[in-house]
Amino acid sequence: MVDKVKKDAVEALAGLLKDGMTIMAGGFGLCGIPENLIAAIREAGVKDLTVVSNNCGVDGFGLGILLENRQIKKMVSSYVGENKLFEQLYLSGELELEFNPQGTLAERIRAGGAGIPAFFTRTGYGTLVAEGKEVREFDGEMYVMERGLTADLSIVKAWKGDAEGNLIYRKTARNFNPMMATAGRATVVEVEELVEIGDLDKDAIHTPGIYVDRIIKGAKFEKRIERVTTRPHEQKTQETA
Amino acid sequence: MAWTRDEMAARAAKELQDGFYVNLGIGIPTLVANYIPEGMHVTLQSENGMLGMGPFPYEGEEDADLINAGKQTITELDSSSYFSSADSFAMIRGGHIALSILGGMQVAENGDLANWMVPGKMVKGMGGAMDLVAGVKRVVVVMDHCEKSGASKFLKACTLPLTGAGVVDLLITELGVFEINRGKTPVRLIELAPGVTVDEVKAKTEAAFEAAV
Repeated sequence: MVDKVKKDAVEALAGLLKDGMTIMAGGFGLCGIPENLIAAIREAGVKDLTVVSNNCGVDGFGLGILLENRQIKKMVSSYVGENKLFEQLYLSGELELEFNPQGTLAERIRAGGAGIPAFFTRTGYGTLVAEGKEVREFDGEMYVMERGLTADLSIVKAWKGDAEGNLIYRKTARNFNPMMATAGRATVVEVEELVEIGDLDKDAIHTPGIYVDRIIKGAKFEKRIERVTTRPHEQKTQETA
Repeated sequence: MAWTRDEMAARAAKELQDGFYVNLGIGIPTLVANYIPEGMHVTLQSENGMLGMGPFPYEGEEDADLINAGKQTITELDSSSYFSSADSFAMIRGGHIALSILGGMQVAENGDLANWMVPGKMVKGMGGAMDLVAGVKRVVVVMDHCEKSGASKFLKACTLPLTGAGVVDLLITELGVFEINRGKTPVRLIELAPGVTVDEVKAKTEAAFEAAV
C-alpha cells in the first residue's frame, strides 16, 4: 500500500524539487500558509522557481524566506504589497511578476485542477489585464479568456488530515489551499493534526484524498498574524470589521 | 463644510438595504460597517473566503486562522460561513453580491475606475478589486475629491490604468454624491455636503455633470 504519510517536510519533498519548477503555495497573506514545507524548500535551495501564490509572504517569513535566498525567479500573484525585499528585487529586475486579479487567479487554479484549459470572465475587460488575450462577446457582454493553471508541485496547509489525504481546513485559512491541492502534478500537504482514518466527518471533508500525494504533520506552526486588530474590552457598541 | 471620512462612510451606509450581501474595500469603505442602521440585517463578505464578518476580536482573542481581506484579525458570527477563494469569487463574479463599496484613485464620467496602479511607482497589485467591479451588481466608490496637489480625481477620462471600464454606479466624495450609472446616462450631482456649493464642486471637478440638488 502506498503510504502517503511522511515523517517530516524534507522526506515529503524528497525527489520532487528541481530548479526551474513551478510551485503553487496556498495561503492568503500569512494565513493558511504551508510554513514547514516552505522552510524545507529553502533548505533544499532549489532555484529559478516560478511561484504561484496570492501574496509573497513578508520580510523574513512565509515565501519571503525564499525571496531572501534568491530562489524565486517569477511570482504569479494578485497582491504583493507587504514585502520590502520583493519591491527591491522587482525594481532591480531580479524578479519577474505576473499580476492576476484575485478571482481570476483562484479560478485559473480551479480550472487547471479540473482539466479546463481556459474560461471567459468579465474581470479585467478593458484593462491592462486583458492585453494580448482573446476577448469575446456573450449575450451582449464582453469577456476575457483566461487559461487554466497547473503546477509541478502544490504545497498546501490544512488543519486536519488523515493517512488517506482527506483534509479539513479551518476558517479563512482555507483560501487558495483547496484549489491548489487539485492543480499540482504532485501535491504535498502539512496539517496541524494528523488524525486516524475514520476520525474525520466524511460529509465535512473539504479536499478528498485523491488530490493528495504526501502528507505530514507540521513540526512547528508559528502562525504569525500580519495585522493584529482588536477592539477594547469596554466597548459596547457594535463595531464590525 | 465638507464631509469627514466618517461622514462619507455614513453617507455610503445609506446605500445598504436590509438583506444585502455586501463587500467593503479597505480604508473609508471599512468604516461603513460602523454605520449599518440598527435593525438592518446586512451580511459582510470577505473575499478571501467568508460571509458574515463579525467585529474585531478583543485583545488576546485573535485567531491567526481568521482574517479579513485587509489581513486584519476579525471574529465570526453565529451566521458566518467559510469557503475557498474560488467559491468566494464565484459569488462575486456570479452577481450574488448586491453592493461593493470601494476606494478610488480616479473615477471618470463614463464610469471608469482606476484604483490599483500608478505607473512608475511600485505596484502592489489589484487584489480582488477587478473581480469586484466586474461582478458585483452595484459599485459605490468613496474617495477624496481632489489629490493633495488640488487636481481633480473625478475626470473626463482616467489617466491611470483602469480597474474596470464603465463600472461605477455612484461616487461619494467629501463634497457630495454623484450618480454615474456606469456611464449610461449623464452624470448628476445629487447631493451636496453641508455648506458646499455647486460652484465649488464645479471648480474642483474636471468631469462634466448636471447639478440635480
